Amino acid sequence: MTSPRTAAALAALTLLTVTACGGGGSSSGDEMHVWMYQDTLVVVQEGAVERFNADHADDGFQAVIDQVPGDNYVERLRTAMGSGEQPDVFFNWGSGSIAPYAEQGLLEPLDDLLAEDPEFADAFLPSVLESGKVDGVQYGIPLRGTQPVVLFYNRAVFEEVGVEPPETWEDVLSLVDDFTEAEVTPFALAGADPWTEQMWLQYLVDRIGGPDVFARIAEGDSEGWRDPAVLEAADMVVDLVDRGAFGDSYASVSYTEGGASTLLSEGRAAMHLMGSWEYSTHLDQAREFAENDLGYVEFPPIPGGTGDPANVVGNPTNYFSVSADGPHVEHALDFLRYTAQDEYVADMVANGEVPTTANAEEVLADSPNPEFATFQYELVRDAPHFQLSWDQALTPEVATPMVTEIEALFNGQRTPQEFVDALAAL
Amino acid sequence: MSATVRDRAAPRTGRPGPLWALPGVAFFALFAALPMVLVAYLSFTHWGGLGDPRFAGFDNWTRLAGDRLMHRAVGLSLLLTVASWAIQTPISLLLGVWSAGRQRGRAVVSALFFLPLLLSSAAVAIVWRALLDPNFGPLAWAGPFLGLGTVDLLGGSTSAFWVIVFVASWQFIPLHMLLYQGGARQIPETLYQAARIDGAGRLGMFWHITLPQLRNTMTTSSILMVVGSLTYFDTVLIMTGGGPGTDTTIVPYLMYRAGFRSWELGYASAIAFTLVVAATLIALVMVRLTGFGSMRSTREGI
Repeated sequence: MTSPRTAAALAALTLLTVTACGGGGSSSGDEMHVWMYQDTLVVVQEGAVERFNADHADDGFQAVIDQVPGDNYVERLRTAMGSGEQPDVFFNWGSGSIAPYAEQGLLEPLDDLLAEDPEFADAFLPSVLESGKVDGVQYGIPLRGTQPVVLFYNRAVFEEVGVEPPETWEDVLSLVDDFTEAEVTPFALAGADPWTEQMWLQYLVDRIGGPDVFARIAEGDSEGWRDPAVLEAADMVVDLVDRGAFGDSYASVSYTEGGASTLLSEGRAAMHLMGSWEYSTHLDQAREFAENDLGYVEFPPIPGGTGDPANVVGNPTNYFSVSADGPHVEHALDFLRYTAQDEYVADMVANGEVPTTANAEEVLADSPNPEFATFQYELVRDAPHFQLSWDQALTPEVATPMVTEIEALFNGQRTPQEFVDALAAL
Repeated sequence: MSATVRDRAAPRTGRPGPLWALPGVAFFALFAALPMVLVAYLSFTHWGGLGDPRFAGFDNWTRLAGDRLMHRAVGLSLLLTVASWAIQTPISLLLGVWSAGRQRGRAVVSALFFLPLLLSSAAVAIVWRALLDPNFGPLAWAGPFLGLGTVDLLGGSTSAFWVIVFVASWQFIPLHMLLYQGGARQIPETLYQAARIDGAGRLGMFWHITLPQLRNTMTTSSILMVVGSLTYFDTVLIMTGGGPGTDTTIVPYLMYRAGFRSWELGYASAIAFTLVVAATLIALVMVRLTGFGSMRSTREGI
């Protein structure tokens, strides 16, 4: 009795393992695997793969896109990279997110590709290419639109209360009082996904102390957290929390499940500090709101701050990197060029993205929302500094506890001084 | 002479030969013993899942001893274990004994009680999180209606922890109820008949017959609860993500966080190994203390 049952169990287990691996994709055979973070924008990359395959129809191999669900994209990628099942080309956030792979020599340097083909190199905004580098070596090529963090607001709620969107920090504070009085949560905040809380600190630190404060931290000097700008930013966060700027139930609101966005579109919250992808989220889930009532402004300057108020934070874009020593490296490098083609840029614009290519301005008129597209493009083009999200700029062993500390600060579990001490100890 | 007798007698006892244990042993060795050895090895290395592990000596272990997050997690895990045991044992004991009666009504009600056990942990966690959502769940209108204002149980430091304890109990009481029900049904009717003749009341019979007779069941159930609580993970991951802050970061979640968020697999292995050793020791001590291991029958003298 025992052995058939064990055999069956073994068979079932093997099956499970096989299915689990089946979702990924090895780089052997006649297929070049391109890993993409699964979302609604992948159609653009699918178009590129189609054109690539049409051009290589006679070569006896083809490129395929593997869409990996976003929730555990990072874990899946890391496991695949560590187990010799590397995808040939993969989506990432550049900088700190690929640094561990670059250190292990798992990535193909792309400097030669750019040097050989100046036209391709010049196609991208230099500030955006910058975040695709690790220690000065180019490992990532921009593949998406730019994603600056902006302050979204609900026009209908503003009209109802009779106020204007904020232009200064005093405006922000008085709006907090106005909306609290009107029983509307001033700012939607997804406290269950603390990377959304991080956006507040990123802007505050940059406005108060400029980009150098975080640049020092990103270089590995954790004493950089003791910069007075960080403490002042943390004080301001606590001040906002105490004034009720985020309402009283933000700690368990989720972003990935749409909680914070729904609060804004339903008018239960007046504003939401979020990446520009928030527009597509609303377009998808609350179309009428996105088209009529979704407003957006830049993050206001902070009085006395030394940072340039034109700086932005967020994700400059996402990047494609190529696995070193794969069977398709040559083809993979060739595939990267497709991200600068006119068709690719046109597809991005048609899907509401704002390309980071230098020629993007000319095609932005074709965007479904040219006004918002131009707003973003000019915001990024004119920004002296584009700060990559902290949790992507740092390596995971520092980023993970940092994000937890930020969550604790917002929840009132840490005083600003304890917050700074904890980060400096990382 | 005697040897041949024994040889011939051996098959008659009906004990299978060691060969029959081979599949089980091989399975255990491959999927339990080997990973444990690997984890023990990894705990002495630095490894991010890429390239080769670098030998680290006792780095991870000294860090573990001084890690405030780990101390906190151990405290929370112990509290979770004690609280789960103290809440689940009396309820499932009473429900189990009650449902051991043969009345039809009891059978129907126990079938209903049993339902949560049929749901996967992930489903249970997702459903409870949706129910407790302060903005979109039933609490969004129930809170103000009852005059409580906004009720954000998962966002509060203490409340989030007790929500975890509650959901664990809700999910696992049915299992332990079933154990106690089975145990109670095994108690010979003659004991109760004899007690009745001696003039014992219902409470007396429960106290002097049912409880002592359920001693072994209680040990089994307690060990399951304790080990289950020490390794409790999925509900925490889905409902709170260890938060708010680190207020529900129990040891298994800390291990996950170190391993698959921070990618410090060496450190995560040290946590994992500690957990394995602690859970094994606690289970062994419980078996010893309760006399469960000596397998003394509760029926002696009957």
